[in-house]
Amino acid sequence: MAEQKTNRLQIFLKGIIKENPTFVMLLGLCPTLGTTTSAINGMGMGLATLFVLTMSNLVISLIAPYIPDKVRIPSYIVVIASFVTIVDLTLHAYAPELYKALGIFIPLIVVNCIILGRAEAFASKNGVLDSILDGLGVGLGFTLSLTVLGAVREILGSGKIFGLNLHIYQGDGILVFVLAPGAFLVLAYMIALGQKLKKRMYDE
Amino acid sequence: MGTNLLIILIAAMLVNNIVLTKFLGLCPFVGVSRKLSTAAGMAGAVIFVMTLATIITWLIQEYVLKVYDLLYLRTIVFILVIAALVQMVEIIVKKVSPPLYQALGIYLPLITTNCAILGVAILAADTVEFGLLEATVFAIGNGLGFALAIILFSAIREKLDLNDVPEGMEGVPIAFVVATILSLAFMGFAGLA
Repeated sequence: MAEQKTNRLQIFLKGIIKENPTFVMLLGLCPTLGTTTSAINGMGMGLATLFVLTMSNLVISLIAPYIPDKVRIPSYIVVIASFVTIVDLTLHAYAPELYKALGIFIPLIVVNCIILGRAEAFASKNGVLDSILDGLGVGLGFTLSLTVLGAVREILGSGKIFGLNLHIYQGDGILVFVLAPGAFLVLAYMIALGQKLKKRMYDE
Repeated sequence: MGTNLLIILIAAMLVNNIVLTKFLGLCPFVGVSRKLSTAAGMAGAVIFVMTLATIITWLIQEYVLKVYDLLYLRTIVFILVIAALVQMVEIIVKKVSPPLYQALGIYLPLITTNCAILGVAILAADTVEFGLLEATVFAIGNGLGFALAIILFSAIREKLDLNDVPEGMEGVPIAFVVATILSLAFMGFAGLA
């Protein structure tokens, strides 16, 4: 029983650092770069993905044994698309500002390869509880990465964090970090940092 | 009329480049850009499927979803149509033109999960003033923009393989630095539109 508990903890934790979807696995890059103009937008996108990921993992782990092998990918996509539609309508109704900021990236959660990847690689082969934990862990890893990326870009680009002015710049910030090139640059250095740390850990 | 279409084409291809300013289709942009030849194959497949998918989804939006007031089902319908379309294109191309299948074949299955295809279909359907002709031109422009970006990027990455790269920056990070510079260059087109 105790062993089972540590296993469950590992399933939950591995998505956050060791198999971090953004910085280690390099999955779901489009929303990662497209929505992280500020920490709050990154976090919103991360949480929306977390919800879809956990719910679709839950449903898919329940129905996977009954789906013929040949039509499994289209069936998974229908499940994922249904939850994306729920998120789309909910955000539109209750968080119109976030809905506007995330724009086209909300319907595009459907084609986020993290979700289909977890459905195919984990939820279709594991029990309900494990699949939920896996979804929560990976989703949380994704949310954290997006929030960090958004925070770095917001601080460098406008001298603010979560909309709070830090007063590090006298005028405007380094605008380029909020624009498209800044997204690529910050992600490049984040991944480089990750690689460097990994190398150091293995050397010791 | 003609100049209007030209503006849509240029804007979609250069000013609002789908990869470098709108961040769509990044997975193939990073994943299959190690060699110029594979990048060119992917680019061809994307232009082809993107144009077809946009035409079909536009027709569905206009004559099915709008007529029966089913717009909330759009995400589900579009992704299924695209997945079915990719399968069909693969089967038809295999039968009709084996040389084309040889060139594009392995890239076609990858395209279902290419968010650029769904993204452009949604963007085209969302733009109220687009007729079928404008939507088609918009899709072709975006396809060409993707092709331009991935071919430039892969050509630079081929050269990059021969150079010394600082420790920790090898592989993906240095590729993203290249993407940064490309993206900066494309910002220069912003004055065009």
